[in-house]
Amino acid sequence: MEALLAIAIGVLTTCGVFLILRARTFPVLLGLTLLSYAVNLFLFASGRVQLDAPPLIQAAAVYTDPLPQALVLTAIVIGFGMTAYLAMLALRGLSESGSDHVDPGREP
Amino acid sequence: MTAHAPILPILIPFAAALLQMVCGRLAWQRLIGLLAAALLLLVTAWLAQLADDGQVRVYALGNWPAPFGIVLVVDRLAAAMTLLTAVLGLASLLYASAGFDERGLHFHPLFQLQLFGLCGAFLTGDLFNLFVFFEVMLLASYTLLAHGGGLARTRAGISYVVLNLIGSAIFLIALGLLYGTLGTLNLADLAHRLTLTGHDQALARLAFALLVTVFVLKAGLLPLSFWLPHTYTAAGAPVAALFVIMTKVGIVALLRVQATALLPTMPDLLDYWLTTLALATIAFAALGVLAATRLRALAAWLTLLSAGTLLLTPAQGNAAVDTAAIYYLVQSTLAGAALFLLAGAIAEQRGRAADHLMAGQPLSSTWLKVAFLVLATTLAGLPPFSGFVGKLMMLSTLREVSAGTAIWVALLAAGFVVMIALARDGCYLIWKHQAKAETSAAPLIGWQRKTAILLLVAAGPLLSLLARPLADYAGEAASQLHAPGAYVRAVLGTAAVEQGATP
Repeated sequence: MEALLAIAIGVLTTCGVFLILRARTFPVLLGLTLLSYAVNLFLFASGRVQLDAPPLIQAAAVYTDPLPQALVLTAIVIGFGMTAYLAMLALRGLSESGSDHVDPGREP
Repeated sequence: MTAHAPILPILIPFAAALLQMVCGRLAWQRLIGLLAAALLLLVTAWLAQLADDGQVRVYALGNWPAPFGIVLVVDRLAAAMTLLTAVLGLASLLYASAGFDERGLHFHPLFQLQLFGLCGAFLTGDLFNLFVFFEVMLLASYTLLAHGGGLARTRAGISYVVLNLIGSAIFLIALGLLYGTLGTLNLADLAHRLTLTGHDQALARLAFALLVTVFVLKAGLLPLSFWLPHTYTAAGAPVAALFVIMTKVGIVALLRVQATALLPTMPDLLDYWLTTLALATIAFAALGVLAATRLRALAAWLTLLSAGTLLLTPAQGNAAVDTAAIYYLVQSTLAGAALFLLAGAIAEQRGRAADHLMAGQPLSSTWLKVAFLVLATTLAGLPPFSGFVGKLMMLSTLREVSAGTAIWVALLAAGFVVMIALARDGCYLIWKHQAKAETSAAPLIGWQRKTAILLLVAAGPLLSLLARPLADYAGEAASQLHAPGAYVRAVLGTAAVEQGATP
């Protein structure tokens, strides 16, 4: 389980960083989305991975830490809002300059 | 009432933003905004006075005790920073009320939300809450940056947003690592648990390194500072004036984390690299100051220069240096913001030349020229204004540290470069005119903008006049910052700290 989660976070981060380094805003946006998925999974894992355990302390001997879940929820909401704003800004840049290159005027 | 004082600087702008969103008329929004900003100023001044008794005030949100709930912590540094935010907010808002707020929708609620985020970031004692307030502040700043429209702002906005989103991702990774290793995100609790054994030292160190990276990204340390000059140049004058304090949020957060958590347990984390990079930032910003072709760009590079100067201080971990840093921070923030506002007013007076450093229409009003002269003297660090006092304090305290000679050379050389650049730019703005035939009547500067500019420009002479009491306050704030034991005990309670230390 841990290995699977670690591999998933690693692959998402790699793809995210690769896409962020592209020169057009759309891949950058996708890259940021993937990176935020990776970060959310990472935060989730910071409370240790527990299978079949309730997020309550007294209900069972083994329990899941509920705090990272709350943190992830906050991070998802914030990341979602930010990404939506960036998408609008990128669209505005595209309509104003006619190009979605991050550095217009230097396109190959 | 006194018990609830710590939350007021957060509640006032938030309530004002909600009210402004309900009544959509601009005249009402202006009135509410200005009233709220004035109220914020009064409340933060009161808070700064309350904090001056040396007690660390802890406000538990929802009355949940510290390691479990989120706390706001008010000490002298936090109170002084919220007061600075309120002064800057009032001046910028006054300037914006003269017509800048008509150029787009929702300026006023966003401005209040930005103040909300700034005050929250200075007051919070919990790292995840700090992340949330950073995001509130950033989201408002993204939209304020784009306020007024134009391609330059959109382009600057895209790189600014992308960079800060990556910064947020790194911040979250750092928080995840901290929670995974130490099991808490409360700063006082983190500092306490770091002193105990039983956690992975290397992982905690890595987490703090990532956290410091995010703070220096906000502050504009060299490899991460290329976004700053063109973003601040592109922003409208009152927005840029408020943005000046955003670089300071990173520095204050860094000072606090360094003094509270890092110095007792891993004092060598900032050694070697931070001072070197800060010196490089100073050199880079000084070159930028010389190369700037617009007054606004000059103001942006000067902001970077003051950030670089301030970043020299966290690595020293020394209360005397931090005293100088706090005084320098206050005066450089006010002077930098004043230059942004002044550049906006001057640009309108000079016809097509705007704030480009070339011959334009002559400035008709004498007070603008005098204001520029006073401000330039302050910014260049020449006597008798506050820039000189700030620089003197920095130089005299930084003499004894290990890289003292290099710091002296860099600061003095940068001061010289700034003086040359400001003298050159003053010549262009005041004495170099176009042929008379092309000139047209310059628009009048309304009382709002005049008051805002004069308020911030007057800070130079005023802070110099009040240097002794302010330096005393800064000194007490720094020694309070460097007594992390009192901070931890105030947040967690004396019993919990001693109980945790025994097993």
